[in-house]
Amino acid sequence: MAIEGDLVQMGAYVGAGLACTGMGGAAVGVGHVVGNYLSGALRNPAAAAGQTATMFIGIAFAEALGIFSFLVALLLMFAV
Amino acid sequence: MATEDGGSGLNIHPMDQFLVKPLFGNDGTISMFTVTNVTLWLAIAVVCVVALMVLGTRGRAIVPSRSQSIAEVIYGFVHKMVEDIAGKEGLKYFPYIFTLFIFILVANVIGLLPKSFTTTSHIAVTATMAIAVFLVVTVLGFVKNGASFLSLFWISSAPLVLRPILALIEVISYFVRPVSHSIRLAGNMMAGHAVIKVFAGFAVVYWIAPASIVAITAIYALETLVVCIQAYVFTILTCVYLNDALHPHH
Repeated sequence: MAIEGDLVQMGAYVGAGLACTGMGGAAVGVGHVVGNYLSGALRNPAAAAGQTATMFIGIAFAEALGIFSFLVALLLMFAV
Repeated sequence: MATEDGGSGLNIHPMDQFLVKPLFGNDGTISMFTVTNVTLWLAIAVVCVVALMVLGTRGRAIVPSRSQSIAEVIYGFVHKMVEDIAGKEGLKYFPYIFTLFIFILVANVIGLLPKSFTTTSHIAVTATMAIAVFLVVTVLGFVKNGASFLSLFWISSAPLVLRPILALIEVISYFVRPVSHSIRLAGNMMAGHAVIKVFAGFAVVYWIAPASIVAITAIYALETLVVCIQAYVFTILTCVYLNDALHPHH
């Protein structure tokens, strides 16, 4: 079977798919942040309420790295 | 992206909902001042914010009405957030942060309505807000602290050998802020709505339609949570950046 079409385009799409595996790392990071928050909160529930904002900041920073892989995927899909 | 499944009509276009179209005129050209569906839904979001905050609280009742208590809860929530994270000095910038929060929240929630358009799913919209925050925070940091604002990048508690390396990392992470700040919101909105649309596309095939409808309901519930959390995250990061500008010393 002959392969038709643009090889560069195919490479960009495959690369975009591979870039999305980076989101799995962000998922692990976010789960780690929330899991550790929860284990800390169950040990000391009195201090938990004051730390939810810190947890969300931690989630946002962990999620940022996943967003970069999403950005790379978008660039490969639409900009290259 | 379109898949023809033996005449069952499975035809999924999850990204079509994000197309920017002009409201008037059929030629489809978009120039600087064309009124598009983005313009329309941004305006609807602003009208809803004004209706909630001005008309809702107009009564100034001691026992608040429903709309007044919603406005008061949101106001108190953001006020406490700014005070907790940016300190007493940060309260001077509370109107800006509250405007950001209420606008993003209302625009996100309106975007969940069927047949509506999610303005915050466009990087152009979120990047405008994120770059504005970045410029405000940077200018404010230099105005308030002068050149000592640069000590944000020079971590004095670290060992001396590590400080140049850490300074480089800090500078990179500082300039990456508007990128992650804007794409976090736009990406979350876009991904969530595209997932709903994909499941809606499966509903055409009759033997998976019940599972599809259950999935849409579940994803919709998740999205309702996500739109509120993303508005909260955008605002809380603005507070963190503001705190860095006001108190740059670690």
